[in-house]
Amino acid sequence: MSSDSSQSPPSPDRRWLIALAWVWVGVPLAYGLYELVRKATQLFTG
Amino acid sequence: MSPPVAPPGWSRWLVPPAALSVHLSIGQAYAWSVFKPPLESALGLSGTQSALPFQLGIVMLGLSAAFGGTLVERNGPRWAMTVALICFSSGFLLSALGASLEQYWLIVLGYGFVGGIGLGIGYISPVSTLIKWFPDRPGMATGIAIMGFGGGALIASPWSAQMLESFGGDSTGIALAFLVHGLSYAVFMLLGVLLVRVPRHVPGAGGTARQAPTGPQVSAKQAIRTPQFWLLWLVLCMNVTAGIGILEKAAPMITDFFADTSTPVSVTAAAGFVALLSAANMAGRIGWSSTSDLIGRKNIYRVYLGVGSLMYALIALFGDSSKPLFILCALVILSFYGGGFATVPAYLKDLFGTYQVGAIHGRLLTAWSTAGVLGPLIVNWIADRQEEAGRHGASLYGLSFVIMIGLLVVGFVANELVRPVDPRHHVPAPKEAARVERQQSESA
Repeated sequence: MSSDSSQSPPSPDRRWLIALAWVWVGVPLAYGLYELVRKATQLFTG
Repeated sequence: MSPPVAPPGWSRWLVPPAALSVHLSIGQAYAWSVFKPPLESALGLSGTQSALPFQLGIVMLGLSAAFGGTLVERNGPRWAMTVALICFSSGFLLSALGASLEQYWLIVLGYGFVGGIGLGIGYISPVSTLIKWFPDRPGMATGIAIMGFGGGALIASPWSAQMLESFGGDSTGIALAFLVHGLSYAVFMLLGVLLVRVPRHVPGAGGTARQAPTGPQVSAKQAIRTPQFWLLWLVLCMNVTAGIGILEKAAPMITDFFADTSTPVSVTAAAGFVALLSAANMAGRIGWSSTSDLIGRKNIYRVYLGVGSLMYALIALFGDSSKPLFILCALVILSFYGGGFATVPAYLKDLFGTYQVGAIHGRLLTAWSTAGVLGPLIVNWIADRQEEAGRHGASLYGLSFVIMIGLLVVGFVANELVRPVDPRHHVPAPKEAARVERQQSESA
């Protein structure tokens, strides 16, 4: 790791922020992936 | 605007979601086709006309990435993400106004021109910052962001379709859908603007001359004067052309290939095949790009281009005799297509350093614009000529595949010719720079 900022472990507050940030982008992505899988299965069933 | 420097204890794992919030939004561009049928019926447009906002958007993406890269480096990622948010979001708002007034030129101007600037600046906005935060895993870091661009269409496509179904496909419904898109994306991208930070001890992360990163550093202006830049340009262009060649005509291609067999492919199954290709494209972005951190950038491009041409050869020779083989080869090719996009920023970093890697990446994206024209042109033109000559089925695509193999071989050779950049192109170290400056002022 090259950065000072990332060498010290994140404070508990920041851990919540990290979790929130990943949920923020993860939920829509999971929705997109779910729709994709639904459509892709048509290749084997359609 | 000075770049936002990370406070002590700031985690670098906050930067990828910041980048994703921008890339997942601007990736919506590839779901534009959802708006085409309602626009055509509501405003009486032809297919060519309804494609115009998307086409202008992609042109503006290339131009703004190429010409705005230096500004992004100078002003930092928060500035770039703010510009991307304002442009992309107001592009939708202008389009909403255009749809409600039934003034199509406003949609072209809004989504295509203004929104397109947001696409280009947004695409390159996190690249340089991610590489600086993850010098140990630059391929993985940029892979996450660029995977987001692919993911954006996966989210927007069903979301926009559902919205149009709820609001209706008339001009009022379309206007309302554009309005909701503009506002939602503004809120979603705001996370990136608020979270993005440059690492503390790389003071030049915003592009100032004070930075002291390790390894050779080359400015964007100087990079385009090196053979390495143009060789990589060729590598990217060939790899993308080969991928688009399949992506562009995936549905009719699989239908044509197995039309004369005992197991023809239905329209629904062909749509499933296209979806599977999108998944391979996305998986390749994160998977292959992360692998490049382990085996090296030159080696991974050897795989993309070498194995890619082998996959095309397998499809051309045996594709119509085995459906699983056809599908497998197409999936591998598409994963290499995505991987090629996602690995290139790390390759640029290896060759030119982190000094202005975002700006250099922006200039390299003109290869994407070129491939975006070349790939579909080759496959469509040849398929049309073959059809006119009375051919059908797999033989419509044979010649296209041979051309794709040739292009991949050209890319492979270009990759082999890539060598470290000559030190005369490097940015002088601070002390050396001061000495050169002094000498120049004395001799002036």
